[in-house]
Order: sequence, then structure tokens, then C-alpha cells
Amino acid sequence: MKNQKQRQAAYMRRSLLDQGYLDEQFIHLEELQDDANPNFVEEVVKLFYTDSARFIRNIELALENGPYDFARLDNMMYQFKGSSSSIGARRVKRQCSQFQEYCNAKNIEGCKNTFQGVKQEYATLKTKLETYFQMER
Amino acid sequence: MANSSKTSAGFSSPRSDTFPAGLRVLVVDDDVTWLKILEKMLKKCSYEVTTCGLAREALYLLRERKDGFDIVISDVNMPDMDGFKLLEYVGLEMDLPVIMMSVDGETSRVMKGVQHGACDYLLKPIRMKELRNIWQHVLRKKMQEARDAGNNDLDQYDEVWMLGGAELLSGKKRKDFENKDDEKEMSDSRFGDPSSMKKARVFWTVDLHQKFVKAVNQIGFDKVGPKKILDLMGVPWLTRENVASHLQKYRLYLTRLQKEDEAKASFCGMKHQDVSSKETSSLTLQNPVDVCTDVANDKYGGVSGDKEIAQNGKSNICENKVKGVVSMPAAEPRSVVGDSFDSQTAGSKIGLNDSFRLVNTDVKNAKVPAPYCSTGEAPQPQYKQDFKPHFQSANGSSHQPLPVVSHQIPVDRTQPTCFLNHVPSREESDRYPDTDNKPSYFKNKSEGVGKFSPIQSTANLFQPVSHQQTNFHTLEQMPSTTWCATSHNVVSHPQSSQGNLTLRSGSIVASLGEDMCGASIQGECFLANNGLQNIEQFDYNDPQSISGVPTCLYDTLRFDHEYPYPYPIDSLEGIVMDQGLFIV
Repeated sequence: MKNQKQRQAAYMRRSLLDQGYLDEQFIHLEELQDDANPNFVEEVVKLFYTDSARFIRNIELALENGPYDFARLDNMMYQFKGSSSSIGARRVKRQCSQFQEYCNAKNIEGCKNTFQGVKQEYATLKTKLETYFQMER
Repeated sequence: MANSSKTSAGFSSPRSDTFPAGLRVLVVDDDVTWLKILEKMLKKCSYEVTTCGLAREALYLLRERKDGFDIVISDVNMPDMDGFKLLEYVGLEMDLPVIMMSVDGETSRVMKGVQHGACDYLLKPIRMKELRNIWQHVLRKKMQEARDAGNNDLDQYDEVWMLGGAELLSGKKRKDFENKDDEKEMSDSRFGDPSSMKKARVFWTVDLHQKFVKAVNQIGFDKVGPKKILDLMGVPWLTRENVASHLQKYRLYLTRLQKEDEAKASFCGMKHQDVSSKETSSLTLQNPVDVCTDVANDKYGGVSGDKEIAQNGKSNICENKVKGVVSMPAAEPRSVVGDSFDSQTAGSKIGLNDSFRLVNTDVKNAKVPAPYCSTGEAPQPQYKQDFKPHFQSANGSSHQPLPVVSHQIPVDRTQPTCFLNHVPSREESDRYPDTDNKPSYFKNKSEGVGKFSPIQSTANLFQPVSHQQTNFHTLEQMPSTTWCATSHNVVSHPQSSQGNLTLRSGSIVASLGEDMCGASIQGECFLANNGLQNIEQFDYNDPQSISGVPTCLYDTLRFDHEYPYPYPIDSLEGIVMDQGLFIV
């Protein structure tokens, strides 16, 4: 039973990496995990989701009505992206970059649409990782 | 904290024998996730890690625990302070190696980091192996210091002129030093463990630095060279290497100041190195009007940027003063701070280039440094008197010269030097419209005072403060003056302010004697960062030098915002910046 769970966890991990949800930063986090911090990766992911929620909120608010401050939007996204990179959230990061491009182009519609993509990837990854950690334990 | 246990590497760390294990790292990042990851990575390298999420917090820790860290790693994007600024502060105050981090690897950013003194620039995501190697920066720095010291086998501090000695006096020393003596001892440069190779560094006391700057000015900045300087200085134990490395730092400092000046378009930031005028008299507003006029007439061609001030009628006073201060000999081109260094009159002896942002009052005219002209009033002798009372003597000693915290402009003692905040008081002009036709800071003393932000918080320092008034007054009586002008508090709480000297920005510590008019040290208080705790302890300026201290001492480089520096020049009498301040 335990073995099977472990196998499933390994499989899920593999697919997360292969499908580009996660990049090698995630692997690095795993390498940091040790006896002193046996749940290090999970803790970091949790911390990320807790802390980054404010970015999502703030960007959402900023996108609600004009006038749109693209510089500010870009800056917020920049920070959020930096944070996402800490856990290796590759797809999320890609959406972030795209969002930033729309900011540069001052394309609010592009921003809004992309932001939906950001939120989606962000949420999807969260669910998958939660599942993964459960399996892994 | 672990006492200095000197090892071959010279690290004072408890586990120096297992170096690099036990390397004391301070990590600064506003992203909690990254902070956690970095902490873990560094711990895996067997380093001793301290984390903080704010730049301000980092500075506080660094100051509190002098010699408590070996290296600092900081993210470039901090919410409370630009990472580059933090970098400069750390470099200036603690002289620790700093590594910058960022998600953004754009060349221009990286270059900026290097220019600000980062010893490395890491891109996130950061890998373990990159962190494993950071100890090399620490070691390298130690070796450089040892080399710089040349054959001087004494334990000496370097760059005290930058630090204003505040730290020295307060007993906060580089980790290698255990000396907690007063200034005298420091200047003796004999302390610590002579046998430690790494400690053999030249202790650039204010006096020594002053000699240095004097020599530089005499030779002419353009033609300067270590050998020439050394010869002129006449300090037997100093080596050519010592001077060379000091010169290098000085140059960098000036460049930075200059840049800042330009950026800030400091109107008042005219630095005159024009000590040649050598006015013997203390600052007296002799021709305040004249001074101002000159300024108004944009004699200060070089004023970088802020023409507003010039245009500001009010700035008359400043201008008047400036004239004097800026040592603008009518015929000579004034080296306005904003101006390129080169434009300065060769004769300027003050030696403070733009970078110093100190405006040396033209001795001829005026002893009164024309701080910001924003005040628009010609300073009058009466100011002096006015000021006096305003000084709050922190410790009751009213006539003590304010210690020049970090940089003192080597000014001819007889000349009043006016250091104008190079930052043109753009803000000032806005802030202090000519409505007041009174000596700027006199009038505003009360107001000004209130405006100062407490120095304690470095973040506050960066706030433009209505400097005008306060500081100087208080400074006058306070032995230690953080004349980091911005905060009034500083003045009254010298202790607190001391710490904040940010030398980087070329804070000019003006030794304000009692005569010193309450030039409010506005503008950025260089001292801001650390309060002047230490100031009390030392006497930077001996009373004589104070005679002409211009009210405008400051180095605004460091600050993000400009400080309006409405210093009434009149009271500058007796204010003398004897020492060059390097504030970058």
C-alpha cells in the first residue's frame, strides 16, 4: 500500500515536471529537504500560496477599473512572478511574462485575459501539488 | 557575538577555524518564500544565517551587531528601500561584501549593482553551488584590505573619513577591532592586534583625510597622483599604496556624489572647493545679497539640475549665501555641485568635489554658506544669535563642535564652508516659498524642527525634510550632531542619529560650533541612518574649524529625495567644514 502510494506520488511528480507545471527549481527544493526539514518542499509551497494570494488580489483589483496604471500592474506581476519562480511554477511564470508583455504594450484587454490564465495555472498547480503531497506522505 | 578570533583568514567568527563554515550571512529579501529557501540553502552550506524582510531591518541589525556579519545578500527589489541604496550603505558603513539578487538579469541592472559596489549579482532562482562559493567574496575582501594596508602593520581602520568615525568612537568597530576607545586612540591608529596581518589597514582619521584632501586640492584633482599626494601630506608612516587606494575610493565617492548631484539637480549643491579664497573670517553674511544674487544669476552654472532654486526668488538668501559659500568668486566659475567636477576652479582647495556636495563658501565673500537659497533671505548676523538658542545641546555642551560625522570637507579653517545640499532644493523651493523672508531656518526653526523626521529610521531619512531649521541649531550645541539634517530629531537626539550616518552619501558632518548658525541640515541626513549616537563621543571638529562651518553640510547623495536645505548662511559663521566629507 505504501509502496503503491509512493509509486503514484513519483508518477505524479514526473508528470508535473514533464508537462511543464514545474521546473528544476522544484527539484532543487526537494534536494534541500532533509532530516532537519523533512517536509520542506511542502512547507515552501504552502508559504508561497499563502503569501502570493495578496498579489492575485491586488492585481485583480487593479484590473477592475481604469484608469489603468500599467507600470504598477507590471511591477506587481514582476514581484508575483519572482515569487512563483521560487517553487518552480513554470506555467504560472509563463503567464506572468505574457501579462507583463501586455503591460508594456498597454493592452488592458490582453492583460485581463492573460491574468485569467495566471489565476488558472496558479489554482491548477495548487490542487495538483496538494494531491501530490498527500500521496507522498 | 563571537569575539574576534583571528585566524589566518582573519575572520572574527566563532568557527573561523572551520572557515568557511560558520560564515555569518545576513539575507535580506521581502519575499518570504525566497527567504525561507535561501535560509535553508545557506544553512546547508553550514553558514550561520540571519534573515530579514526589510532593508531597514537589515541596516538596523548590521549596525546593532557590528562585526556580527561577514556578508550580506540582498534582493534588489525591496519595498522600503532600493536594494542598491542598501548596498551602498552597507558598503560605506560596514564595508561588508554585498551580493545582490534578482529575478531580473538585465545587464543594465547587473551593471548598476556592480557600480554600486556589489561583489556579485545572482539571478533567481539561485542554486546551492552559487551560495557555497560566497565565502570567496569575504576572503577576497579581507585580502584586499590587508593589501591596502601595505606595509603598515598596525591595526587601523580604514575609511574612517567615510564613516565619520562615528562608529569608531562609539566603539563599534570592524570586527577585527576590539578597540572601543575614544577618538584619540583611534587617531592614534594603534589598536587591535598588530600581529594580525589583515588588520594592517590605514586608519583614515578625519585629520588624515583632511590632509589628503588638502593635498589633492593643492595638486589639482586632475593632476593628482598617489606619490604627489603622499609627498604633500607629509605623513611619514603613510605609504604610497595607502594613498593610492584611498584616492581610488575618494574618486569613486566623488563620482557618485557627482552623479547624485546631477540627478538631483541640486541647486544649492554647490560645492566649492574653492577654498582658495580663504576667508579668514568666519562666516558672516557679509554680502548675503551678493551671494544670492550670484546664484540667482545662475552663476552657478553648474548647478545640476535644479534651476528652480535659482529661479526662486527666495533662494536669494541662499544664493547670496551660496555665493559666498559656493565660493563663487565673482569672476570664477562656480563649481556648482551639479557641475562636473572638472569645472571647478582649480583653486578650490576644499577638495570636495561635487561629490561632496558641500559647498564651500567662498571665503572671500562669505563665509556664509548659502545653503538653500530657498529661504530667500540673506542671512544676517543676527541669525547667529537666533540660532544659538535653538540649539539643543544634547548633552549640555553648547559649544562643542558638531562632530563631523563622516565627511568633513577639508576646508581651510579660516574659511567658512558652506555645504549646500547639493540637492537643489527643488523641494525646498516648493517647500519654503519665499514667503518667509527671514533667515530660512531661523524662522522656520520651529517649523523645521518639527519636520525633521527622526533619524532612527533610515527610511525616514529619505524623506525630504524641511530641513531648514532645525538641525543646525541644535547641532550647534550638540556635540554630536547628526547633522543629517533631515531630522530634527537628530539634532535633539544626537545619539540616535549617529548611527545613521550614511557615509555613502557623503554626509558632511559639519562641526558646528556655537557660532554655527542653525543651518538646518536638511536634506538628507546623512546621518540619518544611524542617528548620531556616536557623535557625541567624538569631536570631529575642533572648535576652530567650526568657525566657518557652513550650514550646508550634507550630502544628499544618499538620499532618495532631495533635501531642501535652506540654510541660512548667516549663521554659518564659525562653521567650518574642515574635513572633507565623503558621502556617497
